[in-house]
Amino acid sequence: MTERIEFGMWIFMLATFIGFEVIRRVPPLLHTPLMSLTNAISGISLVGSIILAGAGRGTMATVLGTTAVCASTINVVGGFMITDRMLKSFKRGSRKARGDAP
Amino acid sequence: MSAWSDVLLIALYLGASAGFILSLKWLSHPTTARRGVRAGELGMAAAIVGTLLQGDIVDFRWILIAVFVGSAIGAALAIFMPMTAMPQRIALSHAFGALAAALVGTAEFLLVRGDLDSFTAGVLGLEMLLGYLTVTGSLVAFGKLQGVVRDRAWVFRGQNLMNLGVLAVGLALVVALTLSPSSTELLAPLIVVALLFGVLFVIRIGGADMPTVISLLNSFAGLSGAALGFAIGNPILILAGALDGSSGFLLSMFMCRAMNRSMVNVVFGGFGASAHAPGAVEERPVRITSAEEVAMLLDTAGLVIVVPGYGMAAAQAQHKVRELSELLARRGTEVKFAIHPVAGRMPGHMNVLLAEANVPYEQLFDLDDVNPDFPRCDVAIVIGANDVVNPAARHDADGPIYGMPILDVDAARSVVVIKRSMRSGFSGIENELFYLPQTMMLFGDARQVAGDLVHEVSKLPSPVLV
Repeated sequence: MTERIEFGMWIFMLATFIGFEVIRRVPPLLHTPLMSLTNAISGISLVGSIILAGAGRGTMATVLGTTAVCASTINVVGGFMITDRMLKSFKRGSRKARGDAP
Repeated sequence: MSAWSDVLLIALYLGASAGFILSLKWLSHPTTARRGVRAGELGMAAAIVGTLLQGDIVDFRWILIAVFVGSAIGAALAIFMPMTAMPQRIALSHAFGALAAALVGTAEFLLVRGDLDSFTAGVLGLEMLLGYLTVTGSLVAFGKLQGVVRDRAWVFRGQNLMNLGVLAVGLALVVALTLSPSSTELLAPLIVVALLFGVLFVIRIGGADMPTVISLLNSFAGLSGAALGFAIGNPILILAGALDGSSGFLLSMFMCRAMNRSMVNVVFGGFGASAHAPGAVEERPVRITSAEEVAMLLDTAGLVIVVPGYGMAAAQAQHKVRELSELLARRGTEVKFAIHPVAGRMPGHMNVLLAEANVPYEQLFDLDDVNPDFPRCDVAIVIGANDVVNPAARHDADGPIYGMPILDVDAARSVVVIKRSMRSGFSGIENELFYLPQTMMLFGDARQVAGDLVHEVSKLPSPVLV
């Protein structure tokens, strides 16, 4: 039990530091895509929702779990798609080589 | 569960973590950003496959149905929602994310009931508090951005005291749950208090403070996910939640810094509510100009800097503005866009709008990068921005925007301000820029006026130099 908590604390702390360092480097130009991408990533609660919905732990668990799966899938699918759609619109000038964007 | 599937699960979760971190790292440049989306998608896929392979899951029916429905809604929102509705859509997605986390937390609490240890009960309590307040808070934000709820801050006497009181009750309930994890009767009051606080918290935030609040809600949604990860012992949830939480927190700090205000001031300040009555503005002469006159100014300009604000988004003028900038560029004029961090209703709002209107991102400049250019700028066109170009921020020590980093538009040779009326900006104070000798006011709807400018500039004779 305590081991699990300690392990979780380590992950939380390291991930927060990595998050700060990585995200600090995202230019203001891309702050909206950043927000929608982290949103899609936090759709990871899908994982918790799936475990709840599918573990056969009674009606209440299935109902809440299924609703949660639905809500987080909206974020995962919608979040990644819309981020990509936004990023697609960020183009360099036409005078520069257009084909060098990945 | 066999040892092999254990190893596989760990490998998939580690891969997912790497994917998430790389995806944020690649977002640091527009040329690698889409690769970042791919990395995030792969990470997510790995995490889901790993979870499904876990032995715990016995029934796939409901999962499949929910995933199908959720994907359909998510895809529809992503494909059909216009780019101009992006702030609303972001607010809505915070609500969905928090809802999922909050519901799972609630179910977890009810299922385990008496057997919870204090730590898990406390974390779950905190998770539900954060989760449910983010749900209603984001829905109110959505309502304000969509125009269903009044955009202005809704402030009344004793409000801060009341909000703090409600929050204190919520925290007290979490403490009570920690001390006595078996008291499930505390659950319903906690949920109600959290839902209520979310509404109270966002209803008092005015339009131009939205970028800060949206970022803050983003952070809350992430943190509630991380708390859920602690409660159900899932490392990937902790990691993704922490990444999301720190991202939202950093963004809200950036927004506060860009206004020289503290988070406390944004949340409790009620900045937008003190606006003067429109009639109370002192009568001072301003120079009113016409599209034709501005076109003549633009005719000889070497450098033009466009300063967009929420007004451009509200009038959907971005396409006309892009047309104007292309027209000028073809005549040999250099055109730059100066974007203040808090312009619009969410971080990066102006950038997304202009990029979608086909303005190359190389023309979009951040505050610090563009300010040195204003002294050599011939014409600065302010379109729908107000407080972020008010020189009072530099010297009026008593003013509400004192110390806020602004765009040095007043250093430009001529300034054209496109605005519907002389009404003050979000801070409620008059803009000194409008009364400067080099400033001209061009009144009208931003899209209409930008269209007129396009028309007038295209009538100009071709430049001799090019």
